[in-house]
Amino acid sequence: MRITLRVWRQKGPEDEGKMVDYPLDDVSPDMSFLEVLDVLNEKLTLQDEEPVAFDHDCREGICGMCGVVINGQAHGPEQTTTCQLHMRSFSDGDVIDVEPWRAKAFPVVKDLVVDREAFDRIIQSGGYVSAPTGTAPDAHATPVPKSDADAAFDAATCIGCGACVAACPNASAMLFTAAKVTHLGLLPQGQPERAARVVSMVDQHDEEDFGGCTNIGECAAVCPKGIPLETISNLNRDLLGSLSSGR
Amino acid sequence: MATTTVTQRRSYRSTVVLKATMAVSGLLIAAWLVMHMVGNLKIFEGQQSFDEYSAWLRTVGYPAFPESGLLWIMRVVLLAAIIAHIYSAVVLTVRDRRARPVRYQTTKAVQRTYASYTMRWGGLLIAVFVVYHLLHLTANVISPGGASDSPYERVVNGFQIWWVTAFYVLSVAAVGLHLRHGIWSGLATLGFNKARRQRAISKTATVVATLLFVGFVIPPLAVLIGVVE
Amino acid sequence: MAELYTEGDPIRDEKAPDGPIETRWERRRFSARLVNPANRRKLSVIIVGTGLAGASAAATLGEAGYNVTSFCYQDSPRRAHSIAAQGGINAAKNYRNDGDSIYRLFYDTVKGGDFRSRESNVYRLSQVSVEIIDQCVAQGVPFAREYGGLLDNRSFGGAQVSRTFYARGQTGQQLLVGAYQALERQVAAGTVTMHTRHEMLELIVVDGRARGVVVRDMVSGEIETHFADAVVLASGGYGNVFFLSTNAMGCNVTASWRAHRKGALFANPCYTQIHPTCIPVSGDHQSKLTLMSESLRNDGRVWAPKGYGDNRDPREIPEEERDYYLERMYPAFGNLVPRDIASRAAKAVCDEGRGVGPGGQGVYLDFADAIKRLGRPAVEAKYGNLFDMYQRITGENPYEVPMRIYPAVHYTMGGLWVDYDLQSTIPGLFVTGEANFSDHGANRLGASALMQGLADGYFVLPNTINDYLADGPFEKLDATHPEVQETAQGVRDRISTLLSINGTRTVDSFHRELGKVMWDYCGMERTEEGLRKALDRVRELRSEFWSDVKVTGVNEELNQTLERAGRVADFFELAELMCVDALHRSESAGGHFRAESQTPDGEALRHDEEFSYVAAWEFSGTGKPPVLHKEDLNYEYVTMVQRSYK
Ligand SMILES: Cc1cc2nc3c(=O)[nH]c(=O)nc-3n(C[C@H](O)[C@H](O)[C@H](O)COP(=O)(O)OP(=O)(O)OC[C@H]3O[C@@H](n4cnc5c(N)ncnc54)[C@H](O)[C@@H]3O)c2cc1C
Ligand code: HEM
Ligand code: HEM
Ligand code: SF4
Ligand code: F3S
Ligand code: FES
Repeated sequence: MRITLRVWRQKGPEDEGKMVDYPLDDVSPDMSFLEVLDVLNEKLTLQDEEPVAFDHDCREGICGMCGVVINGQAHGPEQTTTCQLHMRSFSDGDVIDVEPWRAKAFPVVKDLVVDREAFDRIIQSGGYVSAPTGTAPDAHATPVPKSDADAAFDAATCIGCGACVAACPNASAMLFTAAKVTHLGLLPQGQPERAARVVSMVDQHDEEDFGGCTNIGECAAVCPKGIPLETISNLNRDLLGSLSSGR
Repeated sequence: MATTTVTQRRSYRSTVVLKATMAVSGLLIAAWLVMHMVGNLKIFEGQQSFDEYSAWLRTVGYPAFPESGLLWIMRVVLLAAIIAHIYSAVVLTVRDRRARPVRYQTTKAVQRTYASYTMRWGGLLIAVFVVYHLLHLTANVISPGGASDSPYERVVNGFQIWWVTAFYVLSVAAVGLHLRHGIWSGLATLGFNKARRQRAISKTATVVATLLFVGFVIPPLAVLIGVVE
Repeated sequence: MAELYTEGDPIRDEKAPDGPIETRWERRRFSARLVNPANRRKLSVIIVGTGLAGASAAATLGEAGYNVTSFCYQDSPRRAHSIAAQGGINAAKNYRNDGDSIYRLFYDTVKGGDFRSRESNVYRLSQVSVEIIDQCVAQGVPFAREYGGLLDNRSFGGAQVSRTFYARGQTGQQLLVGAYQALERQVAAGTVTMHTRHEMLELIVVDGRARGVVVRDMVSGEIETHFADAVVLASGGYGNVFFLSTNAMGCNVTASWRAHRKGALFANPCYTQIHPTCIPVSGDHQSKLTLMSESLRNDGRVWAPKGYGDNRDPREIPEEERDYYLERMYPAFGNLVPRDIASRAAKAVCDEGRGVGPGGQGVYLDFADAIKRLGRPAVEAKYGNLFDMYQRITGENPYEVPMRIYPAVHYTMGGLWVDYDLQSTIPGLFVTGEANFSDHGANRLGASALMQGLADGYFVLPNTINDYLADGPFEKLDATHPEVQETAQGVRDRISTLLSINGTRTVDSFHRELGKVMWDYCGMERTEEGLRKALDRVRELRSEFWSDVKVTGVNEELNQTLERAGRVADFFELAELMCVDALHRSESAGGHFRAESQTPDGEALRHDEEFSYVAAWEFSGTGKPPVLHKEDLNYEYVTMVQRSYK
């Protein structure tokens, strides 16, 4: 296949950026999107140009490190991670726009690389169960209904990629935040801190300058792990409940 | 040792709480609008009925309440709701805009609806409309087509002019769209959006929004084409 | 072979208690000195790595009150490669009442490791496994459960009991997220300082003690020095020396290798595990290989066509022309034979010319029977996400067409040598998780790496490091100390050298070629001749690298090419040591199959009299023959037998 990548190039956080065209011949439909970037970078290196910086690590859709906006869609046209997107999803001759996640809370570091530490700080604010090592009762001490365990698992599969933020017209991180609130809120182990957790996490979410959620649903539609939209509603219910009960 | 610190004061101003304010106020306004729409349809019962309804609005509850008492209570609640709604809308919109300082070169909607991304401009249009509408039909300050003490006549005079009707229809369409997403969104904000309820909520939103739109556009159109005169 | 290495004094694990194996860990914990809580605040620990081993250690030591500084090269600690583990984690809970026990897990692991691991360590691992599950559940790890609300278990790779706990196909992710959350909780509490996008490039050793690290801030390029009373390396495995592996792109040996160069012994470097069920290579563009969980072998049947070069649609190959070779060769275990055996069998079939798919590098893993027996929904519930992943990568639908699989490098059993306390031969340098060599011997059983990582981080290290820290705090250091300056300068010089070569070949092209050499000659099956060839080629490539590599850009910014160049440079040196280690061990054991050492029917043949030792290598200069120190392995509880899965 022949394709043209139009890639956002930006030297550093303070620099201006722009889209640059890179035509590529010889792209195989079996390549992953990141492998195409590899090919481009090999080419650029040999031409003495700076390769395109992009984040990636596991290349199997689980670490959450990769992620770019492809033709206006976070992670591209399939509901998966960028590393798991394959060129068979495109056609010969396509011009493909590649941009970084855009949000105030995710400043661009270079080219397609952004800083997502805001997510870690949201977790720091309460996305955990306080269970110091060594204090745990036997794992079978508290049975958990299978349906709750399954639903908690579904929410817990979030990989922290940030596509939800990238896709949300408000750059809101509500889906990410809600996934954690839901995961821990569904399990008995998460109950003692449940009310406090949601309050702190939403506070931190706002503090990081993410936008508010207006229930548009783009986030869930692009989330590579299929975190359902209802998790946001769960979060809202938990937060309002916890504020009105004054806990 | 780490403990979760509760900083509730900030949360009361959180995006979620602001949204809840919008949801409650928005749904309140919507409920009132349903009544308003039903009232408006009295136009088909003729001038007397419509004017009496208007007068009744002012005397209901009298003498337990002073004249126009309930009307005023309703107005105050409504006004408070509108102010709360607009205030939250503005604060949130500013926040949301700030959250994405650099826009994308290309965007592609995957799931968002026309209704959901016209909330702000639609809301603005509604605001302009309400001001105009109050000046026209309640305060009797501007009177396209001729002034009158009879609300019925004011309505009929006004809507005989095509652009007045056009503006109303446009605005009411905006209301419909606003509510199409607003009802869905408001219920989600208040925590009702369970996966298994999503279809039902979405349907309800469409039905209510369509009903309101149709109910509201019938009177002006009826005037314009001369069914009511 | 004398030209390849010299032999030094044997070494011994001085910390290992003897006596009854059941009480060794308890006795060691008791004899280890404690640090009183008020003093912990004055003691600092650096932890490199935030995978299961690193994050759990940071969280636990932070909670205990030590000052912890953590590093990882990703943008968040949650992305460490532990996240990719799919299958599960073992624990001797015996929740199934199927005869499991701490002793049985111990026995299976020692046997699975082909009698090349330490009994004391493995026993401790089995004991601690029980607490790990409790700890993880308390943190909210959503393990799979049964309708009664209790935890579900499955059997995994070669085990005859159900002792593997799992969270669908994402067990590593869930365990890591649990540890990550515990870590972030400590960050919030101020006991752990986290540095993301920081790569450790050198170890600081002062007065014979590990006292800190030199790291590069990967965003600004700044070379920083950090000091502590003890340093823990939890930097993962080095499978990426093969370029194509199931490891993440950034996995590297740099942290371990730099410590090795500073005096830490490197043990059993040639022990690599090849995983039998990976998605085959589809072309030259391939950048990494994806593992399909071993659990697939519980229901899928492995086969290859009986005929050579049969490229019919697999569905059209009639039953009698299929060779279910694992079931044929190993009737007792069938498709569930351990990894090394399944991998080698697949390679043998492909080498015979019966492989399928591009380049004939693949065999089928067929679910048609399972779908018939269990129904598609049941198969979907069990393996749905794996099937989706397969379809995404290959574009084929495994519900309809059998999957194609091929072995790939997956795990490295070798690593820095540590004693029972997890301390390396450099005092104050501790090594945990995949980065150390400790518990798996020559072959790792499925679902035991996660167990080891968490055992090390939550339970072992926090109970042993205090014995060392009890002597601290040590003399305060800063960047002006001559030793420190010299170390940091070395790092800067190396970076400028890499940037100044400006040759004609890219870093990746070198890495790819190195990987190919290692896979061909130091992979699944090794011969003396091949290894010698590899050794020569690796040396040539290394010198070519240092004269012809092209690294663009500058140090003072995010420079991913430079990062990779540094890692590949260290892989070259490691590759050499791996070949030497593989050459000297002329026996077949676990993941190390030497063609010269096999039974008449082609199975691995160990030589216990000669080789039941840990080969711990000492660095003696780049390109100089390393020094071999042997640690004898004694088996008091498990009698050594040749493994047989027939
Ligand atoms: C695909 C796959 C599936 C697996 N499935 C299973 C399974 O089902 N069951 C099982 O038991 N095991 C499994 N394993 C093995 C197991 O996952 C790993 O052995 C284990 O998770 C390693 O954990 P770790 O903490 O030692 O290292 P890692 O998780 O690899 O963490 C390494 C850490 O070190 C950091 N680091 C590395 N180098 C540097 C440096 N130079 N400077 C700074 N930081 C650095 C990284 O940023 C990272 O945080 C699997 C492995 C793979 C690859
Ligand atoms: C007066 C001008 C108005 C403005 C500027 C305005 C603006 C907005 C905005 C910006 C939103 C949030 C967007 C979103 O949720 O996607 C919103 C939501 C909403 N609006 Fe309005 N609106 C106005 C009038 C109205 C009216 C008259 C009604 C009732 C008919 C209404 C009902 C709602 C409802 C129910 C919501 C959903 C609240 C939520 O999401 O929680 N609004 N409005
Ligand atoms: C065809 C459509 C409409 C007609 C014919 C109509 C008619 C009227 C009339 C006659 C009044 C004056 C009542 C009185 O003072 O006694 C009125 C008041 C009002 N209308 Fe409408 N209206 C229409 C649509 C709308 C819409 C869409 C909105 C809001 C979005 C709206 C909001 C209001 C408000 C807020 C008042 C003031 C209520 C009060 O005084 O308490 N109207 N309307
Ligand atoms: S919710 Fe989905 S899109 Fe958002 S960070 Fe998690 S996995 Fe990514
Ligand atoms: S797209 Fe944005 S508005 Fe809410 S539903 Fe998703 S966060
Ligand atoms: S690189 Fe890990 S999710 Fe894509």
